[in-house]
Amino acid sequence: MIPLYYSLRNLWTRRLTTALTVVGMALVVFVFAATLMLVEGLQQTLVDTGSPENMVLIRKGSETEVQSGIDRDAAAILASQPEVAIGGDGQPLFARESVVLINLAKRGSDEEANVIIRGIGPASLALRPQVRLVEGRMPRPGAAEIVAGASIARRFRGAALGESVRFGMRDWQVVGVFDAGATGFSSEIWGDVDQLMQAFRRPVYSSVVFRLRDPGAFAGYKERIETDPRLTVVAKREIQFYADQSAAMGTFLRILGTTLTLIFSVGAVIGAMITMYAAVAGRITEIGILRSLGFGRGSILLAFVAESLLLGLLGGLAGLFFASFMQLITISTMNWQTFAELAFGFSLTFGIALKCLAFALVMGLSGGLLPALRAARMNLVEALRAA
Amino acid sequence: MTSPSTPIVEIRNLFKSYLRSSQRVPVLEDITLDVADGEFLALMGPSGSGKSTLLNLIAGIDHPDSGLLRVGGVEVSALSEGELAAWRAAHVGFIFQFYNLIPVLTAFENVELPLLLTPLSRKERHEHVALALRLVSLEDRMDHRPGQLSGGQQQRVAIARALITDPTILVADEPTGDLDRESAEEVLGLMDRLNREFGKTVIMVTHDPRAAEKARVIRHLEKGLLNHVPA
Repeated sequence: MIPLYYSLRNLWTRRLTTALTVVGMALVVFVFAATLMLVEGLQQTLVDTGSPENMVLIRKGSETEVQSGIDRDAAAILASQPEVAIGGDGQPLFARESVVLINLAKRGSDEEANVIIRGIGPASLALRPQVRLVEGRMPRPGAAEIVAGASIARRFRGAALGESVRFGMRDWQVVGVFDAGATGFSSEIWGDVDQLMQAFRRPVYSSVVFRLRDPGAFAGYKERIETDPRLTVVAKREIQFYADQSAAMGTFLRILGTTLTLIFSVGAVIGAMITMYAAVAGRITEIGILRSLGFGRGSILLAFVAESLLLGLLGGLAGLFFASFMQLITISTMNWQTFAELAFGFSLTFGIALKCLAFALVMGLSGGLLPALRAARMNLVEALRAA
Repeated sequence: MTSPSTPIVEIRNLFKSYLRSSQRVPVLEDITLDVADGEFLALMGPSGSGKSTLLNLIAGIDHPDSGLLRVGGVEVSALSEGELAAWRAAHVGFIFQFYNLIPVLTAFENVELPLLLTPLSRKERHEHVALALRLVSLEDRMDHRPGQLSGGQQQRVAIARALITDPTILVADEPTGDLDRESAEEVLGLMDRLNREFGKTVIMVTHDPRAAEKARVIRHLEKGLLNHVPA
């Protein structure tokens, strides 16, 4: 076997060409990694939004809370089920909620975006331990008061503590800001459910949320409730409910990213191929020497394939390095399934890093295989005569 | 090993031609030659006389069209390409006109290269390489790359590389062709020493009459035919 340092040093010897080829591959890996990280970030955000022991019920046939409606009678039936857990204050951990979309202007521009206004009940906060009030206080029942998610308070006009927002023909005072980490709740505004339903003239709730007394009772509960003739609801674990909401957008991002990556990667592979063909052409005598010393065609093939794999590996590592900085960025965009603004970050996982490196190695291999075959097939006498 | 009476290289009725723009050009015609074990043979002749081709055939780099070629008792002309590569690694030491060292490897690594095809351990390889470099008086330059060495020094590294596997024959193609007089003398002195002190069989192609003087037998090739000239 021709030692690996032979391939490495050749890359180093023509470092400018190596660097340019690596940059080409790194760009592609960057796009690939960023896409995967975005999808991952989106899924983490939406999945983290839910708690495994919480149940969400919406109207049968609707996918999101915005499309759903649960009337007061149905909500009363659901609240009285034995599976509902009781909180520390002796009250059921059961919340009737309403979800409405409003248009709000972003700070520093006239651009508007949809924001979720969630009407909450007394148990809503207890049901979401990931939601933490960081400034001010919670809205008083019966008052035109709201609390805004940290991401909304920062990015939307009038949504910070002490400011006010106008919707539903009323001015709403922002009395608090809550932080829900990297979850969908950070992109919501919360207020008293009854006040909000009045303001929006809505007779029905959007959803009910409650904690299961016994998480194992899920299947039986779901079966019974969904076949109850008085009700037309579908019951999901909260975690599944939010994961389903990220599915379409995740798929869209993945298809877009993969398409872009594939197109770019053709360019990078051609770049690597040109580099490797030039490397072979410049080392014909060297190939002849190695062969005359007794190294077989297979060894020559491996040495050149190793060289292009190293190019790919370097490209992959460089691409990942730059992509890792994307974790500092938060993106906010429309989630088309809920039609609401959602803020989420890029999330780099070990699996994504592995995928990116594998992809980079495949690019290196694709670019290097033909040149390496040419090197291996070279006629020994002619190669030595090239000196 | 072969006894003194059996030649180390036996060539009988060897033919070789090349295809040039669909025309067969004969290069070697009916060559018959014996090289005794421990001989220092110079092959001389004008350009295009086929001397390098003959050397390539003896070294197992090229295949003859017909005829018998036996080196150290092995019928080289009958070996497959893979067998030939393994045979070259074990039995042939090459010295080229342009040294042909690998530019990205140090003198030490260049000399070590043929040993990577042997089962020797790292430590054993290290000892062998150190010994070979000492033999060519370059033990203090082992970490230098070819580009940092003079032509004469590079050729001495090449000689160390040719020796390292203790091959059956040493083949040299114009080993002094690219060297100044002083370096050429050094290199020839070294080859002479390898032949006399270590009993290595050397087959050298050269244009240079001064180089040929070191040989004990000189053969002339002209238009693919051999003439015998005693040294």
